[in-house]
Amino acid sequence: MKRHNRLGRREALDGLLFISPWIIGFTCFGLGPYLFSIFLSLNRWDMMRPMVFEGFGNYRTMLAQDPLFWKSLWNTLVYTLLAVPAGLAVALALAVLLNQQVRGVWVFRTIFYLPAVVSGIAVLLLWKWIFNPDLGLLNALLRAMGMADPPGWLSSPFWAKPALAIMSLWGVGGAMLIFLAGLQGIPASLYEAATIDGANRVQRFLYVTLPMLSPVMFFNLVMGFIASFQVFMQAYIMTMGGPQDATMFYVLHLFFQAFRYFRMGYACALAWVLFLIILAVTLINFRVSKHWVYYEN
Amino acid sequence: MRRAERGIAYALMVVLSVVFLAPFGWMLLTSLKPSDQIVARSPFKLPETLAWRNYVDVMQQAPFHVYFKNTAMLVGLSILGTVLSSSLCGYGFARLRFPGRDRLFLLVLATMMLPPAVTLIPTFVMFRFMGWVNTFKPLVLPFFFGSPFFIFLFRQFFRTIPRDLEDAAKIDGATAFETFWRIMLPLAKPSVITVTIFTFVMVYNDFMGPLVYLNSESKWTVALGLASLQGALMYKTPWNFIMAASVITLIPALVVFFASQRYLVEGIVTSGMKV
Repeated sequence: MKRHNRLGRREALDGLLFISPWIIGFTCFGLGPYLFSIFLSLNRWDMMRPMVFEGFGNYRTMLAQDPLFWKSLWNTLVYTLLAVPAGLAVALALAVLLNQQVRGVWVFRTIFYLPAVVSGIAVLLLWKWIFNPDLGLLNALLRAMGMADPPGWLSSPFWAKPALAIMSLWGVGGAMLIFLAGLQGIPASLYEAATIDGANRVQRFLYVTLPMLSPVMFFNLVMGFIASFQVFMQAYIMTMGGPQDATMFYVLHLFFQAFRYFRMGYACALAWVLFLIILAVTLINFRVSKHWVYYEN
Repeated sequence: MRRAERGIAYALMVVLSVVFLAPFGWMLLTSLKPSDQIVARSPFKLPETLAWRNYVDVMQQAPFHVYFKNTAMLVGLSILGTVLSSSLCGYGFARLRFPGRDRLFLLVLATMMLPPAVTLIPTFVMFRFMGWVNTFKPLVLPFFFGSPFFIFLFRQFFRTIPRDLEDAAKIDGATAFETFWRIMLPLAKPSVITVTIFTFVMVYNDFMGPLVYLNSESKWTVALGLASLQGALMYKTPWNFIMAASVITLIPALVVFFASQRYLVEGIVTSGMKV
């Protein structure tokens, strides 16, 4: 008994040693910075002169005196509502199409996944060129199809956000693969049973596929929202927030406050509000999910 | 499946593939156009003489070999760090019993949802205080402390391996670390490959990290160099040069992708990244 106990303690110690990298990392690069960020958000600090304690001054400034806070929040919300639902729909449609048992299907899976892997600056520059109002591919096609006056895309305050959302559809490969994995996990017996009961193709999709896929859908939705709220690189490379602040997204605003104007405290306050928004949206997502996500067991 | 249905599915796949690949084609076409033909009447036409010179010229505009060297170093160190640390943690969470383990693992999963925007500034302040701005340390070091998603991947994998192997090693007197290092990690090769590829993609494409931490051009990564090339050339809009540079920077990612795609795509789909 005693020996057993000692072995158990030995194993517990080993366990903690094994996960110690994460514990150290979480403390130094997670929890620590989070707490430090709260402190910074209560100060005014440009990294040169000493900090000045301001209490909730930064938060008051944000709500009352920073029109770009509201504008960037609105932009981010609009972009998210354009990009996330459309992205989920496209990813699901592609996954259903690629779930057919036909020869060579892996070639197509590879093609649709490719843009998700080779993302990065090169691809953003490519899309900036595609969206070029006068010489870009998209408007060349639209003109060829007879549209006399195609949109200005990234140079139009109205079309800039939809343009970025369209671009994001090109990168749905990751979500598509996760859907595909989910589809392949649905037991064939369920479809057979539904067919015997006289369900047609549409009914099988609505009453078998969708409920069985709802946990995956939920995962993609939550992760999609979280990622989309932090949209940054697209705007930094393609528009710099323009035209007329139409693509001044929340994290871009935060980044400029920190690294262009060196308002570190204010940027931290912005970050904390973003954190609370994302937390709230995620919690709401979890709450609502009880009504539509179907779990076995 | 009936023949007609299969035909429709194929047709759809082919049409959509063309749509998905068209941007790449446009990129390649533009990169090969002589400068005076960017403003062409018929943009889809192949130019009479392909301007391969664009590739040579653009490489002389900026020290891309330096960018590639820096990026290779960052990518290599990050992969090393993340594979070692995440597999250790994953094994700990999968196999060793200690109090509070499952709650801690939930915390690991929860941190996947934390927005990095919050830690950006305090971490920057911290590294600046250490005097590490304009070095690779802030970009590489965090990879040596386990990434939540990869810990999750390794844990899931280790849980599928039968315990007999470890029991045998234990009877032979192996310590927990020896068991992990000699038996379990070699078995986890599929997970190691997956993590390696994901880390490559992440680090190779990362922009915000290098943008914040690397000031001098001699330290720049490919992503940073390409972005600054665009900035420098912006008002002249020599899109053929910019696209040529973009093609060059896509090559390593494409090589990695095609070397591993069968494995990666099918691996994710069949082994099931079970959510």
